[in-house]
Amino acid sequence: MPLLEVEDLRTHYFTEAGPVKAADGVSFTLEKGESIGIAGESGCGKTTVAMSLMRLIKGGAVVGGKIMLGDLSLLDMPMKEFLKVRWERISLISQAAMGALNPVYTVGAQIVEAIQIHRKVSKSDAWEQTRGLLAQVKMDPQRAKSFPHELSGGMRQRVMIAMALACDPDIVIADEPTTALDVVTQVQVLRLLIDLQKRLNLSLIYISHELSVLGQACDRIIIMYAGKIVEMGATTEIFTSPQHPYTQKLLSALMDIHSDISIPESIPGKPPDLLNPPEGCRFSPRCTVGQENCGEDAPVLVEVAPNHYVACHRINESK
Amino acid sequence: MESYFKVENLVKLFVLKKRGQFFGQHIHVHAVDDISFEVQKGKTYGVVGESGCGKTTLARLLMHLEKPTSGRMLFKGEDITKYNRKQMKALRRKMQMIFQDPFGALNPVRTILNIVAEPIRVHNMYRGKREERDKVRELLETVGLQTSDEMLQKRPNELSGGERQRVGIARALILGPEFIVADEPVSMLDASIRADIISLIMKLKAEKDLTYFFITHEFGVARAICDRIAVMYAGKMVEVANADDIVHKPLHPYTELLIEAIPPLIPDENWGKNIDIEGEVPYFTEPPPGCRFHLRCPYIMDICKEEEPGLIEGAPGHYVACHKHRG
Repeated sequence: MPLLEVEDLRTHYFTEAGPVKAADGVSFTLEKGESIGIAGESGCGKTTVAMSLMRLIKGGAVVGGKIMLGDLSLLDMPMKEFLKVRWERISLISQAAMGALNPVYTVGAQIVEAIQIHRKVSKSDAWEQTRGLLAQVKMDPQRAKSFPHELSGGMRQRVMIAMALACDPDIVIADEPTTALDVVTQVQVLRLLIDLQKRLNLSLIYISHELSVLGQACDRIIIMYAGKIVEMGATTEIFTSPQHPYTQKLLSALMDIHSDISIPESIPGKPPDLLNPPEGCRFSPRCTVGQENCGEDAPVLVEVAPNHYVACHRINESK
Repeated sequence: MESYFKVENLVKLFVLKKRGQFFGQHIHVHAVDDISFEVQKGKTYGVVGESGCGKTTLARLLMHLEKPTSGRMLFKGEDITKYNRKQMKALRRKMQMIFQDPFGALNPVRTILNIVAEPIRVHNMYRGKREERDKVRELLETVGLQTSDEMLQKRPNELSGGERQRVGIARALILGPEFIVADEPVSMLDASIRADIISLIMKLKAEKDLTYFFITHEFGVARAICDRIAVMYAGKMVEVANADDIVHKPLHPYTELLIEAIPPLIPDENWGKNIDIEGEVPYFTEPPPGCRFHLRCPYIMDICKEEEPGLIEGAPGHYVACHKHRG
């Protein structure tokens, strides 16, 4: 049985003009010790999926589907009980490390507080643990006495990682954890996450619009488009034999500084308005290889190779 | 040959005043420290560096949004360093800037029409409503946007990030400039849209015979559009070369580091393992003696701690400021 099972997740945001279907029937599983990447353009619903898992959706709600963590049905349990799951079993590292830290407390005090909310330990034990956590994210434990503004962006993100690990979670969700960082710092933080994931046998959900970053960090990759999963498979499969036209476009939009072709290919058009998504395949208005029925029926995910799923009529028909 | 845009020994010090300090005890941050370069007409000159390296300050100096502490800037042979407001206003018809997020600081209730047309009004070139609208429509079409009345009346928040950047470009182009300073115009965009905007920038350059000064932190982007690339570190240019040369044969250890930091397209387990260099770009209030990169450099030698390396020609047309490359 997988550690986490997401089934037909539907999350809508409510606006005056109607519901925005940000996640529209998303299903996937996550095994113990596995790292899975969710990629897609902004507005494709990848962060919505993460926030649904944490039950942190604001301005909307999960309107359907199931999230199972082992035997626990996360969406059905009372919030009071879910608070024990959040942070103790699933934790989150977000993009804005500065915004997430309180500027008037030292970072150590904030980690201690997080530990003491969830665990009955003495203050000195919590401090001891905090120093251990900082060492784990390769920071000088003395830094526990620093205030957030005294740390660089990379250091702050390390503190966020330490905090996410404070209660020994099974699953860590990292939502664009390196996007706001400088190029070199980005690599350091990413490597740290990869090492920790392997060493602690964590299950990691890594969300990013940068496919090349996911390629380094994840065992499997999910490609989302307009609230739906369009392709899912092992990282090497996605990179070497992408099947969905959208995945293919995303890959060719990457810039490879070592190739001779320096100008990346662009994807014509823009993602659809999720208030009124297009009929049929949501990518069809931008698809260059589409056929007649693409605008009519929505394609479903089909297994094209072991554990490699694609939602595209072209693939389904050739099968 | 007369150079197009030339910068000589440009310096910008920012003064940090510390509370409780006596007179004359100002601390300076060396944001741009003795930089010289030339931009050739019709080419794209790129500056790559991490945040805090001084690249945005450099762009702002070029546009007279900051005053240099010392040094000279020459546009088509004419010294523009000491231009007053009036002279600068006239020059802005020829020199325009594209920002990272053009509407981050603008009033969100203004319409696209107002935003794009503003330079016309500021420069007293308003010749009636119809002409202005026609001009705005023409520019929107140039940058690949709709030209309907509905579009003209939209507000920035109704547009996607890519569309907003197109509007920013339309606004920069409406006076018909020839020299464009672009500060990270694609770094806030998704990969797919980024490619779109890059193609647009390249297309406009060819169509309108533009010259670009292009700031980015991404080597991939710089490689895609620049003819020549300069790498900046802590206020200094540490390497300058043609785009392909600098990407394929970087000479400076810092450039090597930046290029190695780019994730390869084929997943590679070992990628990034060598990048265990600690620290980030320092802000130097008191630059240390020697090379500014020596604290992070894997090839450090004794001389690096003592003497500051100047730019030397490490290969034909390829300049580097590193003791490792001195004969």
